[in-house]
Amino acid sequence: MALLEIIGIGKRYDGVCALEDVSMRLEAGEVHCLAGENGSGKSTLIKTLAGVIHPDSGQILLDGRVLPPLRPPDARRLGIQVIFQESSLFPQLSVAENLAMGGARLSGFVNWRVIRRLAREALAKLEVEIALDQPVAGLSTANKQVVAIGRALLQQTRVLIMDEPTAALTGRDVEVLFSVVRRLKESGVAILFVSHRLDEMLRISDRFSFLRGGRLVATGPAADFDHAAITRHLTGQDPSPPPPRGGPRNDDPLLRVRSLRGAIVQDASFDLAAGEIVGITGLRGAGQAELALLLSGARARTGGEVLLAGASLPNGDLPATLAAGIAYVPEDRLTEGLALDQSLAFNLASATLSSFGGWGGLVRGTDIAAHAQHWLNDLGVRAPSPKLPVRALSGGNQQRVALGKWLCTRPRVLILNGPTVGVDVGSKRAIHDRLRALASQGLAVLLISDDLTELAESCQRVLVMHQGRIADTLIGDGWNDRTLAAQLNQLR
Amino acid sequence: MIMRHPNRRHEAVLSAVLLVLALFIGLINPGFFSAEAAFDLLRSSTVIGLFALGVLVALVAGGIDVSLPAIAAFCLYTTALFGGAFGVADHPVLALGLAGLTGAVLGTMNAFFIHQFALPPLIVTLGTASLIRGGLLAFVGTRIVTDLPESMAAFSHPAAFAGSGPGGAPVGGLVVSFLMFAMAAAGVAFLLGRTTLGRGIHALGGAPESARRMGLPIARLRFIAHGLAGFLAGLAGLAHASQMRNANPFDLVGTELTVIAAVVLGGASVAGGRGTVTGTVLGVLILVLVETGLVIVGLSSQWHKVVLGGILLLSVATTVRRVSRAAWREGMA
Repeated sequence: MALLEIIGIGKRYDGVCALEDVSMRLEAGEVHCLAGENGSGKSTLIKTLAGVIHPDSGQILLDGRVLPPLRPPDARRLGIQVIFQESSLFPQLSVAENLAMGGARLSGFVNWRVIRRLAREALAKLEVEIALDQPVAGLSTANKQVVAIGRALLQQTRVLIMDEPTAALTGRDVEVLFSVVRRLKESGVAILFVSHRLDEMLRISDRFSFLRGGRLVATGPAADFDHAAITRHLTGQDPSPPPPRGGPRNDDPLLRVRSLRGAIVQDASFDLAAGEIVGITGLRGAGQAELALLLSGARARTGGEVLLAGASLPNGDLPATLAAGIAYVPEDRLTEGLALDQSLAFNLASATLSSFGGWGGLVRGTDIAAHAQHWLNDLGVRAPSPKLPVRALSGGNQQRVALGKWLCTRPRVLILNGPTVGVDVGSKRAIHDRLRALASQGLAVLLISDDLTELAESCQRVLVMHQGRIADTLIGDGWNDRTLAAQLNQLR
Repeated sequence: MIMRHPNRRHEAVLSAVLLVLALFIGLINPGFFSAEAAFDLLRSSTVIGLFALGVLVALVAGGIDVSLPAIAAFCLYTTALFGGAFGVADHPVLALGLAGLTGAVLGTMNAFFIHQFALPPLIVTLGTASLIRGGLLAFVGTRIVTDLPESMAAFSHPAAFAGSGPGGAPVGGLVVSFLMFAMAAAGVAFLLGRTTLGRGIHALGGAPESARRMGLPIARLRFIAHGLAGFLAGLAGLAHASQMRNANPFDLVGTELTVIAAVVLGGASVAGGRGTVTGTVLGVLILVLVETGLVIVGLSSQWHKVVLGGILLLSVATTVRRVSRAAWREGMA
C-alpha cells in the first residue's frame, strides 16, 4: 500500500484545465521527482496536496484511507509538509525562533528550553551544525532550506514536498541538501521533489513522474529515463543536438580585460571577440558575480583596465559603460532586473527610456507600445497584452523580458549572470537559441553560469574562476559538462 | 560557532549608553543621583513607555501606528467626561477598563482598514489619527476637564516609597501609573516572547506570505495586534491625564515622533517582525534621560526636536545597515 496516493485529480480554472485525471503513488522512503514545465500543473498539484486549493474531482488517500477535503492545517496535522521555493521562513528571526514556528495554533505558551532542545535534536538528526541564535537572513541558501526541513521535522512529517529545492543552490550546497534528503529517506519519509534541474534529480530520485499540460504523461523508476527521454517527456519533442562548438577566434578582440581587480577578483585578464560566447564558472563566491559587476561598471574596480574596441572604459560608471555598449543582465531578475508591478512595455523600454523622450521630455506612449510589441514578438514572449505587469508572466517569459530590456540598448557586449535559473526547459532552449543567433550577428556574449550543461552547449570557451583568479581556460573539444564538473569538484 | 542573538547585543549597547548618560547628567548635576530623581525619571517614562509598547506591538506585527496619541486623547477625554458625568468609571479599575476598551476599539478600526483594503499602516493611522482627533473635538467637546474624576486621578497617587511633603501629604515615590506601565511591559514581553500568539505576530510582521502559507490566521493576528496597541494607548491616556490633573482633548499632539524614535532606538525593525520589550524600555529611558540632560545643560526646546530627529534617523540608519551588511555577506559568501 502506498503511503500517499492520488486518484483521478482534476482541477479547472475559469474553464482552463490545470490538472486532468492525474493519478500518482508515493511510497514511504522514496524520493519521487515530479517534473514538468511552467504551466504543466505542478504547482496546482502541490497546492492540492497542501490543502491550499481543492480539486474539482478525484481523491487523495493516506495509508489507503480517503481523506476529506483538506485545509492547510489539516494537511500539516496529517504529516504532509510542503516547503515552498520561497516564503517559508522568517528571515528576521533566529534559527531557533523559525524552528519554533511550528503549529498554527494561537492559544499556547512557548517554552524556549524545550524548543531549543528539540531544535538541536532536529538539526542533529539532519547532521548539520547551525547556530540556533543566528538570524536566518544570514544563512546560506542551503542552510535556509535545511532550517525549513528541520521545521517540518519538528512536527511529525510523513510526506515532505519540496518545490524547486535546488533552484537557488549551487554545487556544494546541493550536496548538503541531498545528504539531508537521503537521511530523511532512510527514516521512512516520502519525499516529493518538484524541479527543473533534472541532472540533479537523476542523481537523487528513485522515481520520476512527468506532467505536461495538466496530464501525467509518464511515470516510472529513475533508471528508465535518460536525458533525452526526460526532455521528450517534458516538452513533447525530441531534444535538438547542440550545435558544434566553434574553435578559438583569431579576430581582433572586442573586449580586453587586463589585470582586473576588485574585492574578490584578483588579476583577471582575458579577451572576448565579437561573435563569441564565453562562459565563466566556478564555485560559488569565486568572483564570477563580482567580475560581472566590475565589467558593467556597477562596482568600481580597484585595479586593472577594461578596453572596448581599444578604448579604455571609465571606472565604476554604469551609465557610461552601458552607453559604450556593455549591457549586464543581472542574476536576480526579480529584484535587480525587472520592475515586477510595471507593464511589459515599460520594462522593455526602461533601459532606453531617453530614446522615447519627445517634446519637452514627455514620453511618447505609442512608441513605447510599438517598441514593446516588436520585442515581445522578437523574443517569443507569449503575453496577451504589453500592458500586463511582468509579475503575471511565467519565470521563463520574465527572463526573456529581462533579456529584451538590455538587448534594446543595442549592446556590443552582453554579460549575463545565470540567465536560465528557475526557467523551464522550453524557455531555456529559446534563450540559448537567441543567444547563439545574436552571437552570429556579431554580439560578444559573456555567460556566467553554474549550469554546466548550459555552458557546454552554448560556449566556445569557458573560464574557470577560483578564489578570484581565472584558474583555467577551456577551449576546443577537449571538455564537456562532466569533465567540467570533475574539475570544479577538485577545487573544493 | 557561538553567536549571540543580535537583540541581546543591541540591548547591551543600549544599557551602556543609558549608564554613560546617567553618569554624565550626574556629573553636571549631582542632585540627579537620588531616589527622588529616579522616581521622577520613571514617572516621566510612563506615558511614553505605554505608547512605546503599543508601537512595538504594531511594528512587530509588520505595521506602525501613528494614531496612538490621538487614540489616547480620545480615551482620556471621554473617560473623564463620561466617567465624571455618569459615574460609569468611579473606580480606578473601571476607569482603566473604559479607557482601555475604547482604545482597543479604535485600534481595531485601524486593523480593519489595514486588513480589509490592504492599505499601508502608516497612511491608515495618519488618516484615523486625524479622524479621531477631529471627531473628538467636533462631537465630544473642546472644554478642558479640570475636575478630573477621583478614579482617574488615583493613577498618579504614590503606590510605594512615598516620602512626605510639607503638611504630611505623600509626595514622590512610585506612582500607580508606573506600576501599570511595568505590568503592561511584563505582559507584552510575555505575549510576544512566550506565547504562540506572540510568535504568530512576529511571523506576520517578518514575512506575511510565509505566515499565510503556514496557515496562520492573518486577519485575527492583525486585529489583535492593533487592538492591543489601541488598548495600551488608552492606558497611556489615563496615565497622562492623571499626571496632568486634567483631561485636555488638545493634548499629546506630536508625541508619536518621540515614541517611534524610542522604539526604533530600542532595536525594533521598521520593516517588521523584530523588536523586544527590553530594548523598547531601554530606548524610552534613554530618550527621557536625553531630554532631562538637555534641560540640565540648558538647551532650548527647539534643540530637543533636532536631537530627537537625529536619534530617529541614526537608529533607523544603523538598523538598515546591519541588515544590508548581513545581506551583502550572504550574497558574496
